[in-house]
Amino acid sequence: MPTNPILEVRGLRTYFPLGRRVLKAVDDVSFRLHAGETLCIVGESGSGKSITARSILQIVGPPGRIMGGEILYRRADGSVVDIAGLGAKAAAMRALRGREIAMIFQEPMTSLSPIHRIGWQIMEGLLAHKMMGRAEARARAVELLRQVEIPQPEQAVDRFPFEFSGGMRQRAMIAMALACNPRVLIADEPTTALDVTTQAEILRLIRRLQQAHGLAVLFITHDMGVVAQIADNVLVMRQGEVVERAPTAELFASPHHPYTIRLLQAATALGMAAPPARRAAALGAPFLRVRDLSLTYPAQARLFGRAQPPTQAVKRVSFDLHEGENLGIVGESGSGKTTLGSCLIRVLQPSAGRIEYDLRAGGTRDLAGLDRVGLKPVHREIRMVFQDPFASLNPRMTVGQCIGEPLLVNGLMQGAALAQRVEKLLGMVGLGGDVAVRYPHAFSGGQRQRIVIARALALDPRLIIADEATSALDVTLRRQILDLLLELQPELGLSFIFISHDLGVIRYFCDRIAVMHRGEIVEIGTADAICAWPQMPYTQRLLAAVPEADPARRGLLAEGMG
Amino acid sequence: MGRFIVRRLAGMVPFIILVSITVFMLIKLTPGDFVSNYAAALAAAGETVDDAMLASMRSRYGLDQPWLVQYWDWISGVAVGDFGYSFQWQQPVSGLIGERMGLTLILSVSTLLFTWSVALPIGVYSAVRRYSIGDYLFTFIGFVGLAVPGFLLALVLMYVGVSVFHADVGGLFSSAYADAPWSWARCVDLAQHLWIPIIILGTSGAASLIRIMRANLLDQLHQPYVDTARAKGLSEFTLLVRYPIRVALNPFVSTLGWVLPNLVSGAVIISVVLNLPTAGPLLLQALLGQDQYLAGAFLLLLCSLTVIGTLLSDILLALLDPRIRFQ
Repeated sequence: MPTNPILEVRGLRTYFPLGRRVLKAVDDVSFRLHAGETLCIVGESGSGKSITARSILQIVGPPGRIMGGEILYRRADGSVVDIAGLGAKAAAMRALRGREIAMIFQEPMTSLSPIHRIGWQIMEGLLAHKMMGRAEARARAVELLRQVEIPQPEQAVDRFPFEFSGGMRQRAMIAMALACNPRVLIADEPTTALDVTTQAEILRLIRRLQQAHGLAVLFITHDMGVVAQIADNVLVMRQGEVVERAPTAELFASPHHPYTIRLLQAATALGMAAPPARRAAALGAPFLRVRDLSLTYPAQARLFGRAQPPTQAVKRVSFDLHEGENLGIVGESGSGKTTLGSCLIRVLQPSAGRIEYDLRAGGTRDLAGLDRVGLKPVHREIRMVFQDPFASLNPRMTVGQCIGEPLLVNGLMQGAALAQRVEKLLGMVGLGGDVAVRYPHAFSGGQRQRIVIARALALDPRLIIADEATSALDVTLRRQILDLLLELQPELGLSFIFISHDLGVIRYFCDRIAVMHRGEIVEIGTADAICAWPQMPYTQRLLAAVPEADPARRGLLAEGMG
Repeated sequence: MGRFIVRRLAGMVPFIILVSITVFMLIKLTPGDFVSNYAAALAAAGETVDDAMLASMRSRYGLDQPWLVQYWDWISGVAVGDFGYSFQWQQPVSGLIGERMGLTLILSVSTLLFTWSVALPIGVYSAVRRYSIGDYLFTFIGFVGLAVPGFLLALVLMYVGVSVFHADVGGLFSSAYADAPWSWARCVDLAQHLWIPIIILGTSGAASLIRIMRANLLDQLHQPYVDTARAKGLSEFTLLVRYPIRVALNPFVSTLGWVLPNLVSGAVIISVVLNLPTAGPLLLQALLGQDQYLAGAFLLLLCSLTVIGTLLSDILLALLDPRIRFQ
């Protein structure tokens, strides 16, 4: 590019002294960012991409410190300031924050103050930089809300963040970042916490605002699909270092570094164009028949004040699950997919309908009507795997105790037999038997999810309900876990109900897909059919919103979609 | 907001009625009554006790009636401002407790203000400068304040007051003003006496509030929304006051609910030690002597204070935190 870069980072090093050890979160990172350009920094958790972004604004939390390097920012008048040389609390640093360089954060739920009105939070930056008076700032806040397409901005300006949905909050956050007309926008995983359809809307919004204002955008993400759709240039980071940099098309066409290649492979394997892992095989007889299952949360009767209307979380859902089948349930947040899973394993009591389940030993039970005693044999055959591998293992129990617990509480095994079984289970999920005596905190996210799976397998189940089981994992791990499950499946005679918002994962893993929207199954069919010829408009919208990891097919940002 | 307050006020009425029944029942549940206590006291003094006289006392005081009837007589009086008659003191309850309740309230409110004004800045300092020398110092003093029982602190302060400052440390008034009518000079005298009980009563509360404030603020200091605000270019002080401190204030305000009654009733021993003309010691005597209307009136007022304190803290909370307002 002929012009001078707005932002140039040279040899940036941000370290975290941790006792005797020093964590080099960012180690010798350099890049240039031009006006109108979108630079993506991509990497997995712990790669230092967020710390790089935060270093630019000097908002790295303690004990992190910028140890060296330069962050050169070129002002509109051509003068250059080295941000790394400013104190984090210096007035000169504050003058840059928000005014020249603004930032959007990942979590729209927690990154807005819960106790201040949206409008005030937008105005605050304008007032802090003394750009205008109160009345004018308020008018600007309304105008900004209109720009980010929040309906009824005059009313929305006086709302609190908790009255907004996740997508709306992220829009408000963008309005806040744009308030002072900054020249650089840093977006730290701004869409990671959002549904694919909302993600597509937010990405389009950022693109449009970028074009309107000539913004330089530094976009941090772990999602190669998003990179392919929006980036001009890409920086791949790993363990604090830049391992590869290239224009987007070049990077996807001919990646050089093995890590980049791995990232791209994992992303395309779970992408919508890749061949799925399973071809719908000849299926056995259905052993789970769900009929007209509904869960209605009753109207909230209150002593004083208005009653809340009843909510239908699950509406007349029917499907069959066949022996050896993987059924995917896909939908946006709030579509009722997790509630459906909880009804099936009877954590929740459905309000109507039947769940007919054939026990392995013979005999059919309607799970919807069973009491705790009746559910006991069923719970041995249906197990659950949850999303968060960090929260679903008791930190005070060893791995062996965690895995052995279902066997112990069901009185099936103890002593040496139990230890042997635990070791065998750990072997199945690819961990050595010696890990049984260690505690969960010693393991990474992927290893923990393996432990959780081993626990689910302990009772030799027939059906595993996996609720977003791979969502918390980095993309390279995601595929490993899915492959592990697929490998174990024929050997153990398992069936899966796989609940996820990630269509790529569902498509890779499942034979059939049920699409849920507002508590209902709007479409159900084979994975191929749903992904290739979606019938319902909602399914079509959902599919169109999945960012394709291929810069040659940039459909996502096309206007007039969604 | 208006509806919220009206709703809460309406909810208070049945609660207070239930409390009054419980209070009266508890007083009546203890074996014996005022007359049997009186008889025991006479017998202990070596005087002969005439059964006929005791029976006539019982019927005069209405103590021979079933407790529900006694309760009804009492509560229907309370409803119109007549709190009944104290057997021990031979005078109407309202006259007995009027000034004591007033003084108790003054003492409680000023202690509360003292607690807050000490705990808030120190708590904020301790959190923002965590693990600094100042933090360790305040933490140490705070733990000492928590650990030392109030009556011991009272004795120590009284000793220091007398031997070092030659101050008149007992009570809330100098003898010249003890029974004098209210005047400016009497108020000044009160203020001169008030500081010792305020410090003693407020120390443990302030110490625990410092810990609460420090922990709350530490939770808030590194929340993502603080980073968001920092990225807007606010100065560190503005940032601190506007965001984390405001959120951390919630539990602070919640203390109002339990601090008020605690100050009134929990201070009995300290009040006895310091010879304070507050409600505590009188309540203790009334309970010991089964002076049922006096005790009942005190307990009812204390419970009402709790309810009012909770209401006030709820209103303040709703003002501070919109999430509560909208629930």
